[in-house]
Amino acid sequence: MTPRQKRFSMIGLGLVALGIASALVLNAFNSNLVFFFTPTQIENGEAPKGRSFRIGGLVEAGTLKREGDGLTVHFVVTDTVKRIPVTYKGILPDLFKEGKGAVAQGQLGTDGTFVASEVLAKHDENYMPPEVAEAIAKAKKSGAQSSNTLTMSPERIKP
Amino acid sequence: MIPEVGHFALILALCVALVQGILPIYGAAAGSPVLMSMAKPAARAQFLLVLIAFCCLGYAFAQKDFSVLYVAANANSKLPLHYRLAAIWGAHEGSLLLWTFILTLWMFAVTLFSTHLPEAMRARILGVMGLVSLGFLLFMLTVSNPFERLIPAAPDGRDLNPLLQDPGMVMHPPMLYMGYVGFSVAFAFAIAALLGGNLDAAWARWSRPWTTVAWCFLTVGIALGSGWAYYELGWGGWWFWDPVENASFMPWLAGTALMHSLAVTDKRGGFKVWTVLLAIMAFSLSLLGTFLVRSGVLTSVHAFATDPKRGLFILAFLAIVIGGSLLLYAWRAPRVGLGGGFDLVSRESMLLANNVLLVVAMASVLLGTLYPLFLDALGLGKISVGPPYFDTVFVPLMTPAIFLMGIGPLAQWKKASLPALAMQLRWAFGVSVGTALLLPFVLGKWTPLLSLGLLLSLWIVTTTVAHIRERVSHLVGNSLLSCLAALPRAYWGMVLAHCGIAVFIVGVTMVKGFEVEQDLRMNVGETATIGGYTFRFDGAQEVKGPNYIAARGIFNVTKEGREVTMMYPEKRLYAVQNQAMTEAAIDSGLLRDLYVSLGEPLEDGAWSVRLYHKPFIDWIWGGCLIMALGGLLAVSDRRYRLAWRRERAEAPEALQPLEKGAA
Repeated sequence: MTPRQKRFSMIGLGLVALGIASALVLNAFNSNLVFFFTPTQIENGEAPKGRSFRIGGLVEAGTLKREGDGLTVHFVVTDTVKRIPVTYKGILPDLFKEGKGAVAQGQLGTDGTFVASEVLAKHDENYMPPEVAEAIAKAKKSGAQSSNTLTMSPERIKP
Repeated sequence: MIPEVGHFALILALCVALVQGILPIYGAAAGSPVLMSMAKPAARAQFLLVLIAFCCLGYAFAQKDFSVLYVAANANSKLPLHYRLAAIWGAHEGSLLLWTFILTLWMFAVTLFSTHLPEAMRARILGVMGLVSLGFLLFMLTVSNPFERLIPAAPDGRDLNPLLQDPGMVMHPPMLYMGYVGFSVAFAFAIAALLGGNLDAAWARWSRPWTTVAWCFLTVGIALGSGWAYYELGWGGWWFWDPVENASFMPWLAGTALMHSLAVTDKRGGFKVWTVLLAIMAFSLSLLGTFLVRSGVLTSVHAFATDPKRGLFILAFLAIVIGGSLLLYAWRAPRVGLGGGFDLVSRESMLLANNVLLVVAMASVLLGTLYPLFLDALGLGKISVGPPYFDTVFVPLMTPAIFLMGIGPLAQWKKASLPALAMQLRWAFGVSVGTALLLPFVLGKWTPLLSLGLLLSLWIVTTTVAHIRERVSHLVGNSLLSCLAALPRAYWGMVLAHCGIAVFIVGVTMVKGFEVEQDLRMNVGETATIGGYTFRFDGAQEVKGPNYIAARGIFNVTKEGREVTMMYPEKRLYAVQNQAMTEAAIDSGLLRDLYVSLGEPLEDGAWSVRLYHKPFIDWIWGGCLIMALGGLLAVSDRRYRLAWRRERAEAPEALQPLEKGAA
């Protein structure tokens, strides 16, 4: 091979490798994006069926129930307008509390219950996951204040 | 009074940084020895001043001076002294001070170990570092001053976040920052070379040890962080692909690529332009990482909106540093030249492929980390990128990189012969494939990933043996031992670091393949068996710590009737922040970890409990430590020490200011 051909084959190989790599990366990226939905959006049927997504809101006070095995828990996540029941089996994180914000990842069951595979409640006591703050703010903006919800201003709970 | 001294020291440091960033670089361009010679004393003065500021903040924490806002926000009168000191870097302002302090520490090191550099080169290097430090000092003094007063003083502090009250907090951030900031030296070398227009093999030889040392610190820092997450977060994972972790992993990937590309520039004079680009990239990613983690942008993009000045400063600073150096690169790099050519099959081409793979891996992490931020900032919705993305991307990218890692050291520079390589490596290939296929059956489970992981680590080890044998065969010595001893330390460093990767892969593979996790409810006296170990729950009792109360569970662990250990996991409630914390109990071993953490109290003294059996997990961090040790071994090689001693002897007069500065 002449040096010129050598250089071309080198560049060609590099481009092919780079192409394969980016195809791989973008494909994996696309199939692993986890979207976030508020309880209102879920009620409106915007959330996907059969695909994992995240839901965020406040854990409604007085809704946390534990089954006899000590591990399966039921609670309701609300954005102060709509309420979504959530089921989770496992140990809840330290910062999970009624009346506080939480984000859960999982799938929507056929009966409208959100089956969580993971519950996230990191950071400190006063921290509100930004998703949650936004979900509440959004619900507030839509103006439909329902009777069975907490009253909490988003300004106060924003980080 | 003391905080004001610290504040004043920072202002003085800013003035010195201004001088150091401008005059020596101008002097190097104008050929003025007087201006150039100012770099060294300025760097040392700056180190001293920032050291004073750092000590002042430490003193304020030690004395519980709650009239300092930062102290009041991050400490409490009940917080033990070592955590009060670690709280210096517990939040934004203090981490910036730590960053700047470490930057001046590296500057000081450069003044000590650069007597053999040409005067103009040294002036430019210190000048560039001075400019970086100027940016940080300006940032601190304008929008995030750690010495800001709180008047009237708070009666008591808000306490350090309980998550951070851990020995990991004492060690992890300084180590990580030593790594991050260490890349500023390689960066300054690269910019100095671009400014001077002379980028030769000597340049690469000078910047190599600096890059390697920074890389070692970063490796240890990341490993410490991962270990900390493992035992502190209470769910037993060691890597979450969290943006905070990714922020430190990206400079590591770029730094690893840089080390290998520097080797080519040093030995063969090749890859020059690419090496310079990698040096810029590694440091830019370090900056990005620091700001991602410390600006609060990750918790919420809108945190920027609450303090727009900070956000604006950060963006402007990043734009100036990254944009400026890339502009300089575009302008000057064509003059640098490409270096020698090489064949399609050669050590250069393999190192190049390894570099490309590492950079692609880095880019994929960058995409996964920044894309959700961009979408959010643009108001296009909230998404997150799950760990499966990174897993699916990393396995296919790292597999060829590790395959090449085995061949590279055996291949000749410039032109290697594929058939000869195949001949040398055929038994290594056979042994690793055979063992990787059979071993999982011995272990009792076969999955493709298990075999792949074992294959990769065996491949590294067997090819390492093959190339040690190959190198020894060229030496004429009396015994095998003297031959092995004759191989240079830099070579042994590489061998050790590569074996560290093998150990790391074994750890990851075995944990992924064989870990057993169980969440369950346990009554007092009840037992559960996982991984052959029987855990008996003997109830929980209340204990009191300095600033928390805890429920401490008692677990008796036996294996086949023999007593193994007692384990005491805790559930703590930190009083000041009213925050619960899980302290897992871990029994570590070479071949397995036992991990117990408490969930929640249930009725009649029962608890929900998490029991893990994690085979080989300590190999993950062990592998990282071995990698770092390999790096240090390589830096201690004779060729660096010789060069250093020779040039010291040639320039004895250069030592005098050193002693003055030290006194």
